Amino acid sequence: MTPAASTAETAAAKAHEADVGPPPQGARAEQPRGTVVPGGRARAARTIIVTGVLTIVALYFLVPVYWVIVAASKTTDDLFGTHGFLFAENIALLSNLSQVLSYDGGVFLRWLGNSLLYAGVGSLIATYLAAAAGYALSKYAFRGRNLIFGLVLGGVLVPGTATALPLFLLFSQLGMVNTYWSVLIPSLVSPFGLFLCRIYADATVDTSLIEAARLDGVREIRIFHVLGLRIMTPALVTVFLFQLVGIWNNYFLPLVMLTDERLFPITLGLNHWRSQTDRLPEFYELTTGGVLLSIIPLALAMIVLQRFWRGGLTEGAVK
Amino acid sequence: MSTPTTTTAAPDVARSGVRRRPSPTAVAPWILVTPFLLLFLFTFVLPILMALGQSFTLVEREGLFGEEGVTSTFAWFENYRLALADGQFIASIGRMLLFGVVQVPIMITLATVLALLLESASARWPGFFRAAYFMPYGVPGVLATILWSFLYVPGLSPIVDTAHAWFGLEIDFLGAGTVLWSIANIVTWTYTGYNMLIIIAQLKAIPPELYEAARVDGAGPARLAFSIQLPLIRPALVLTTVFSIIGTLQLFAEPQLLAQVAPTIDSQYTPNLSAYTTAFAYNDYTVAAAQAVLIALVAFVLSFAFLRLTNRSSR
Repeated sequence: MTPAASTAETAAAKAHEADVGPPPQGARAEQPRGTVVPGGRARAARTIIVTGVLTIVALYFLVPVYWVIVAASKTTDDLFGTHGFLFAENIALLSNLSQVLSYDGGVFLRWLGNSLLYAGVGSLIATYLAAAAGYALSKYAFRGRNLIFGLVLGGVLVPGTATALPLFLLFSQLGMVNTYWSVLIPSLVSPFGLFLCRIYADATVDTSLIEAARLDGVREIRIFHVLGLRIMTPALVTVFLFQLVGIWNNYFLPLVMLTDERLFPITLGLNHWRSQTDRLPEFYELTTGGVLLSIIPLALAMIVLQRFWRGGLTEGAVK
Repeated sequence: MSTPTTTTAAPDVARSGVRRRPSPTAVAPWILVTPFLLLFLFTFVLPILMALGQSFTLVEREGLFGEEGVTSTFAWFENYRLALADGQFIASIGRMLLFGVVQVPIMITLATVLALLLESASARWPGFFRAAYFMPYGVPGVLATILWSFLYVPGLSPIVDTAHAWFGLEIDFLGAGTVLWSIANIVTWTYTGYNMLIIIAQLKAIPPELYEAARVDGAGPARLAFSIQLPLIRPALVLTTVFSIIGTLQLFAEPQLLAQVAPTIDSQYTPNLSAYTTAFAYNDYTVAAAQAVLIALVAFVLSFAFLRLTNRSSR
């Protein structure tokens, strides 16, 4: 897309959004649901059937979480002696959880902290870098910009695990394997984030606004920080969440890079515990308790943040 | 290559003969792009080039542990030949194709149906359901697998117990014929809600007038779904399918973890597991590199073929 075309399109997109843009959440959904019309009985039947189906599907998604709450509240004997979906008489949840937190000098909290570090710091920096680069590719015409964009776009399609192995070889030559950096540095780059930021900047950051800021004597980098970042905020939230979940859930990269237990993220750590359940049954309590404690933060975050999860990726494709 | 602002400033600088200083609009994009670009080159381009290089290299070790020197020579396609001659590696790709052909359509269909139901006027408490379906996406694949593995293992699993006690059924989630679908279940559980949310985002972008017009024309919910909603959420469906195809070929954590309780999962069950085993169990990095390249190639080809296919049929 040439800059001239993109400006014209931006203006058109703006005008388009102004009158027919998607209504605020719930506005449209509310309207048909509240209205009572003739044939209300058929409608009521439909509501019951649809809600029934949705409830059954919800059970499927919630059952494993319910199971782990039950399991984490049992002693190892009860875990095998009582029905898996029923609470035992002896609720050992608190003692199990305190055991999880104190085992091996509180290594669980360390793993949790590591995950927070990798995911939190990684996704913050990744979002900022993707925003800067995406904004630059969208708002400046410079030699090589199409080459850069094409290259990064190719990166979106490269499976993450395909780079993990060569990354390990590269980092081991640099002596960086088994350090915080070996997991953190690859997490700082989000090709998909750049793709999203560029599309979003194309559609929303008005070039005439930038021109006006330039005439006021605002410096280029400051224009990006003050104007660009603010306008791009919805896309930045999406990029941040994507990267956060991606790093938090990552297993292959830390598995390849790390051997020191104290550097493990939560995924690696809990698998380490689980692999010992064969020989030492008390690790069942630790594993189920640990799983419960570590899915709470992100599962809650998903529930709260899903409204911001605009999926933004399709915004460019709609046009 | 000049932007409107450079044309106003550049001429008089050139005329005065002063050494031309780059204008701010020429420098600024590079300041903004460079940090990302350097990291991208370091963590994507360089490793990929290295993998390519490795995959064409033959490393020969003198002595038992290579203590008498290591020689590297250009191997042409020898590593690829070795990788492709490995029946288990080929089998693992075939297994993932079978997995993808079954699991991806099921998951995308389920996600689409859930999205349509949630966005229909008939759904009660859509916010609650949306959150419940999306929640597993926040559970890392490793933890999801640990969770489900406890629900699969006989003796621990309430599902196996209940089926046995009530219906006399012996369910074996971890047998040779079933374990692939037990993995498919974990993947479906984790990603359906995520795909659903992408589809919902696109459903919300459909202009309300279209719904109005359809309603005026007397279209029912089914007609609405097939004539308006499904055609308009096509881009989201294509996108989620391509990502799912790539994801399928990358499958690693689920089979690797389940292998501990399911003896039928060998160390080369999926392509990635195969590459991991080749690299870290056999220390054969060059063949592992060839495998990694082949996996990426297959992912590329499949995504590309799918995109071409959907592009053609839309015209």
